[in-house]
Amino acid sequence: MKFTLKIWRQENAKAQGRFETYQLDNISADCSFLEMLDILNEKLVNDNISLPVDTITFDHDCREGICGMCSLYINGRPHGPEQGTTVCQLHMRRFNDGDTITIEPWRAKAFPVIKDLMVDRNAFDKIIQAGGFVSVSTGGVPDANAIPVRKEDADLAMDAAACIGCGACVAACKNASAMLFVSAKVSQFALLPQGKIEAKERVQAMVAKMDELGFGNCTNTYACEAECPKNISVENIARMNREFFFSKLTLAKRESNGGGVG
Amino acid sequence: MSKSVIMLSSLTKKFLMAFAGLFLVMFLPVHLGINLFILPLTENHVEIFKEAVHFMTTNPLIKVMEIVLFSALFLHMIFGVILWFENRQARPVGYKVSQKSKVYSPASRFMIHTGIMVLLFLVLHFVNFYFVKLGLTSAPAGLNTPADNHDFYNMALNLFSQPLYSILYVVLICGLGVHLHHAFQSAFQSLGLNHPIYTPVIKGVGLVYSIVITAGFISIPIFFMLQ
Repeated sequence: MKFTLKIWRQENAKAQGRFETYQLDNISADCSFLEMLDILNEKLVNDNISLPVDTITFDHDCREGICGMCSLYINGRPHGPEQGTTVCQLHMRRFNDGDTITIEPWRAKAFPVIKDLMVDRNAFDKIIQAGGFVSVSTGGVPDANAIPVRKEDADLAMDAAACIGCGACVAACKNASAMLFVSAKVSQFALLPQGKIEAKERVQAMVAKMDELGFGNCTNTYACEAECPKNISVENIARMNREFFFSKLTLAKRESNGGGVG
Repeated sequence: MSKSVIMLSSLTKKFLMAFAGLFLVMFLPVHLGINLFILPLTENHVEIFKEAVHFMTTNPLIKVMEIVLFSALFLHMIFGVILWFENRQARPVGYKVSQKSKVYSPASRFMIHTGIMVLLFLVLHFVNFYFVKLGLTSAPAGLNTPADNHDFYNMALNLFSQPLYSILYVVLICGLGVHLHHAFQSAFQSLGLNHPIYTPVIKGVGLVYSIVITAGFISIPIFFMLQ
């Protein structure tokens, strides 16, 4: 297959970026999108064997759709035209021979471009650090089913936990809002008894961090849900809203007099 | 105002936006119910209309509700503009290829635009009616009546007899309809209500509501244009 690629090139976060056009021929229809970019990079090196070549930088890791590293905005859609998959799971057979494909990085104030198509998604890590965990000391292995959990809640928590933190929701959102990501992380804990203990502090801390990092507000357009490679539901956003307002009404911070019984 | 309002959590802003919006949603059917009596629905429709206008302009409870209504409107507008401004800042460099993601609610992309259309409508509406009631502007010549009993019926007829006004009225009300179509279901989501059974019902009610309100209001100028 033959493709014309328009790819965003940018030296670093400060530099002015531009689109470069590349022609690529003899691409197998069974080639994955990232393999196609590998072939292009190889071609760039081989064509200029005596020169130092600036190959195209893009994020990738596991290439089996579970790590959340790949992050390409292809022809107006995060992770390209395939529903419910990441870029690494996208194959060139989804395109027509001779297509022009435009590849851009995620665009958000909170995700600055590092180089070319690679963006800095540390903002997500900072949101997780703000409260996306359960702080209990681990002891011995607890008995299975020692803590009863409703089957439906376990399922919903598992669905929310499927979020790989790729940032496609931010990229798809017209407001670059991180609500789907944050709500999935809030939900996966809030639904389970182990997570409920810190749920009120967690939701407030994570929402405050999300706001601080410069993500936009949710307009309930639901482009995030449509583009999420893990099909995370916007029901999580409503759940986070509920959790947040409930915590605002009920969370009373008291002066701690230090120490527990132990 | 100023800093403390902007410093509110994004979720709180959306909550207040939705809450104020849902209050405004309750007001529209009341207004429409009265307006429809401009049309010859019954033999004594003019009397019913005038009676309703008299009640709405003189009842003390309505006067209190008026303050609440204006507060909600003001809150809704202020937060709408703040949120819109923040959202623009969240993506300083845009995409070259416009976004092609499937969205549930295309109207959500145009909330600020349709909101401004509603505001334009309100300005027009206030100059023509509400300010007359307050005595800030005068009614058209020959339609001046005692302060507590304005002839809104003939003032409306007077305005709807101008095709340009009627067309503008229809266009702006259609903007309101698009605004409402997204707003209704979106407000519940912002307030934290999303449920496998209730949400489809809310979406259905929202669609019917926005169509009924739009069709109801525009039926009046269309009736006069066809005459």
